[in-house]
Amino acid sequence: MSANTATKKMNKHVDLTGTSTGYKVFVVIVLILVSIFFLFPLYWIVTGSFKPQLEITSRVPIWFPMEPTTDNYARLFEHPAFLWLFNIVFISGMAMVLTCITASLAGYALAKKRFIGRAVLFTIIICAMALPKQVIVIPLNQEMTNIFHLNDTLWAVILPTVGWPFGVFLMKQFAETIPTEILEAARVDGAGELRTFMTVVLPMIKPGIGALAIFTFVNTWNDYFLQLVMLNSEEVWTLPLGIAKLQGEMSSDFGLIMAGAALASIPIIVVFIAFQKYFTQGIAMGAVKG
Amino acid sequence: MEQNTAAAVKPKRAKKPSQTSGMSRALVRRETISAYCFLAPALVFFVAFVVIPMFICVFYSLFDYSLGGINGFVGLDNYIQLFQDPVFHKGLINTIIIVLVAVPAVTAFSLWVGSAIYRMNAFTRSFFRCVFYLPVVTGSVAITVVWKWILDPYNGILNQLIGTNGYNWLGEGKTALACIILILFTTSIGQPIVLYVAALGNVDNSIIEAAQVDGATKLQVFWKIKWPAIMPTTLYVLVITTINSFQCFALIQLMTRGGPMNATMTIMYQVYDSAYRLYDLGYANAIGVILAIIIAIFSAIQFKVAKTD
Repeated sequence: MSANTATKKMNKHVDLTGTSTGYKVFVVIVLILVSIFFLFPLYWIVTGSFKPQLEITSRVPIWFPMEPTTDNYARLFEHPAFLWLFNIVFISGMAMVLTCITASLAGYALAKKRFIGRAVLFTIIICAMALPKQVIVIPLNQEMTNIFHLNDTLWAVILPTVGWPFGVFLMKQFAETIPTEILEAARVDGAGELRTFMTVVLPMIKPGIGALAIFTFVNTWNDYFLQLVMLNSEEVWTLPLGIAKLQGEMSSDFGLIMAGAALASIPIIVVFIAFQKYFTQGIAMGAVKG
Repeated sequence: MEQNTAAAVKPKRAKKPSQTSGMSRALVRRETISAYCFLAPALVFFVAFVVIPMFICVFYSLFDYSLGGINGFVGLDNYIQLFQDPVFHKGLINTIIIVLVAVPAVTAFSLWVGSAIYRMNAFTRSFFRCVFYLPVVTGSVAITVVWKWILDPYNGILNQLIGTNGYNWLGEGKTALACIILILFTTSIGQPIVLYVAALGNVDNSIIEAAQVDGATKLQVFWKIKWPAIMPTTLYVLVITTINSFQCFALIQLMTRGGPMNATMTIMYQVYDSAYRLYDLGYANAIGVILAIIIAIFSAIQFKVAKTD
């Protein structure tokens, strides 16, 4: 604190934006320190997953695995970890595809069609988005058990994810940027509704679909509460759920848990970094214009 | 029906006469039919898995519904029991503490980071944005299990570093809630930062430059120009952070299970606890309904305050 004010006073040099160099240096130092704090858990997961038992339970900090071992991963795969990985990829992928299809169709209609009940429908969607998603999970479970008989299957996680209206809202924001003149022109040229959508609308909302796809994939992967409530048997568990259950059973085997955490988080981080551009664009689009 | 159509179309007609002046009722009807065809798949999912569960939630909250099935209509008994339940009181207080600490902290810190990085070069900006988003992407389970290790009384690095060997951070009522809030904070600021960077980048630069030429200080530029311009974003950040803080679940379930002595019990966790440990589904749904109402009130207040500012 005192160092901060001191540097501020010392530095008389001020640039055009009114920021002193001292303050800038202070900002960068704080940002780097906070970044280390944010990156540390991830570093600890990855290094921890390669540490032998002795280093895990050590009473002094061991910053880096001295004798790296894949023993933790071997013990992880004594459990059906590959099956759990497949389950979560299937759930996230399926939810992503279905959400993109339904949301781009509906978002286009909401943005570009003038129809009876549009205002009411839009209000309902906005209100639903403000509701706590997790509150409806327990009644959803009852519904899945008693009506659809899908309880304890992967579809019990996929279908509710597709129903969540955020995707429709996001696609509406993107579809609004389509100039109405182009749609009129397509109609004058005699293109039917579906053809207009496929050949005119779809190419124009492609970045939006990209954003929604990555957003849905990451969020579904990490929707722990829904998975916890819906999936009971070991063979339908997902990787995050499996790790959570393992942690409950053997809470002191941190090496095993870290191996699981690494396996559950690295794929999704890679996906995120690869599609970061779409992701940030989608988040910004969902809010700034809303 | 027909009159409704005319009323719905009229304002648009006034705005863009060239497009809709020729729009007959038959055309409106055709548009409506095709629009609902496009909407149908999404609406089926939305009604089946969002709207119906909402009604089921309210409906079951009026019943005595436990492991053996529904034992009859009890009216508002679940709600009356709720308001006399000391666990619910504790959960309500903890939830409000979490929201009142986490929401302002997340908003202020993400605004600070956003303003600090939005004018940096593209690489540095996306680096920092990525770093702060990583805990969100990593997932609540992975983040929680690693923190559980970090905070472990004997094997955890925190105690080893600061020399408080054996101190059980999550086992003591005083520190357990603080730890939950801190971890919640790290998993919450990613999205607000992305939003603020985008919003600040959209503020009209020429106004800022004009103000600086006229001798406005940095603080004046911020409060008089940028702050009003990013107000919609702030509002959105407040609302989503509030909803997320209310719903904070994985952290609590995996770290403390509401303990010690309900020190980290929250409304959301009690919903789960009542349903799956106590098998009192009617009661769990009643808590859910109350949680939804509380969140709606909070969001409405934030809208009101932010709009009048």
